[in-house]
Amino acid sequence: MHIPDGYLGPSTYLVMYGASAPFWVLSLAKLKKALKSRAVPLLALGTAFIFIIMMFNVPIPGGTTGHAVGASLVTILLGPWAASLATSLVLLIQALVFGDGGITALGANCFTMGVIIPFSTWALFRLLVGKSPSRPYRVPITGGITAYIALNLAALATAFLLGIQPLLYHTADGKALYAPYPLSVAIPAMGLEHLIVFGWVEAVVTALALFFIQKYDASLIALAKKE
Amino acid sequence: MKKFKPFFLVILVLAILTPIGIYLPEKLQAGDAWGEWSPEDLSQEIGYVPQGMEKLSSVYQAPLPDYSAGELNPYLAYILSAILGILLAGGLIYLIGWAISARGH
Repeated sequence: MHIPDGYLGPSTYLVMYGASAPFWVLSLAKLKKALKSRAVPLLALGTAFIFIIMMFNVPIPGGTTGHAVGASLVTILLGPWAASLATSLVLLIQALVFGDGGITALGANCFTMGVIIPFSTWALFRLLVGKSPSRPYRVPITGGITAYIALNLAALATAFLLGIQPLLYHTADGKALYAPYPLSVAIPAMGLEHLIVFGWVEAVVTALALFFIQKYDASLIALAKKE
Repeated sequence: MKKFKPFFLVILVLAILTPIGIYLPEKLQAGDAWGEWSPEDLSQEIGYVPQGMEKLSSVYQAPLPDYSAGELNPYLAYILSAILGILLAGGLIYLIGWAISARGH
């Protein structure tokens, strides 16, 4: 899901920088408030976790690879703004140091993984967890379902951005200038692999982590607390 | 802080296990993630390198491309990249936290 440099044309990546920028500013502003609590060590750990879990490439034999993102877990633990900041920082490090995801595509990647995942996770989790989050298994299972849906939404958004490139940018003789595959190829390709494989990886990682964290100290799960 | 020690240990163990993330795809002949091919690999599929991509794709060269470090054993480089990533991720959060709270006082 890390779009490299060269796959998005200038107007697309600039628009996506514009779309992500408010979330960078607001998530930093929100961090100010979080600093008063003891959330910083957990946020640092969450950020490190997102970085590490993305290194576990899961193969589809003879096909492509993908990986969990971990942003849903961090959202359920610390809220969408903290997760958005953590994911964006990881994407910045990955792009600058490891060439994983492009510099020009950073805005787009921050939007799909650092905005869509945290905020869809937050909305869905709050909706699905109901009024009895203290019931055993409720939080891990809801977290898993939510993470599955959120990762698929992010994959769809990535496929959409890639799939509109040949429409937006092509030469007079119809050759693509950037990402070459149209929506009719990009959406099924990315959609199916995430529906069938990578979404489940994200779901299992999220559910397992929540299961153990709930046992260890349920007060660490911010979204499961009653208002 | 003491409370988070088990979390830190889990992440450290995961860091040491990260080479699984390059070993398994190699073993099962899985390629790049969809839409993350190098321009050369893409051109083998579609017959050309898109003009705009050719220019943009080399706009920036990362020091440790794809979590590798030159001639260093790729599995070792992957683990070292994982540890560097943890340090950078944690360090940046603390740095930002420090910068924000320093400005507030």
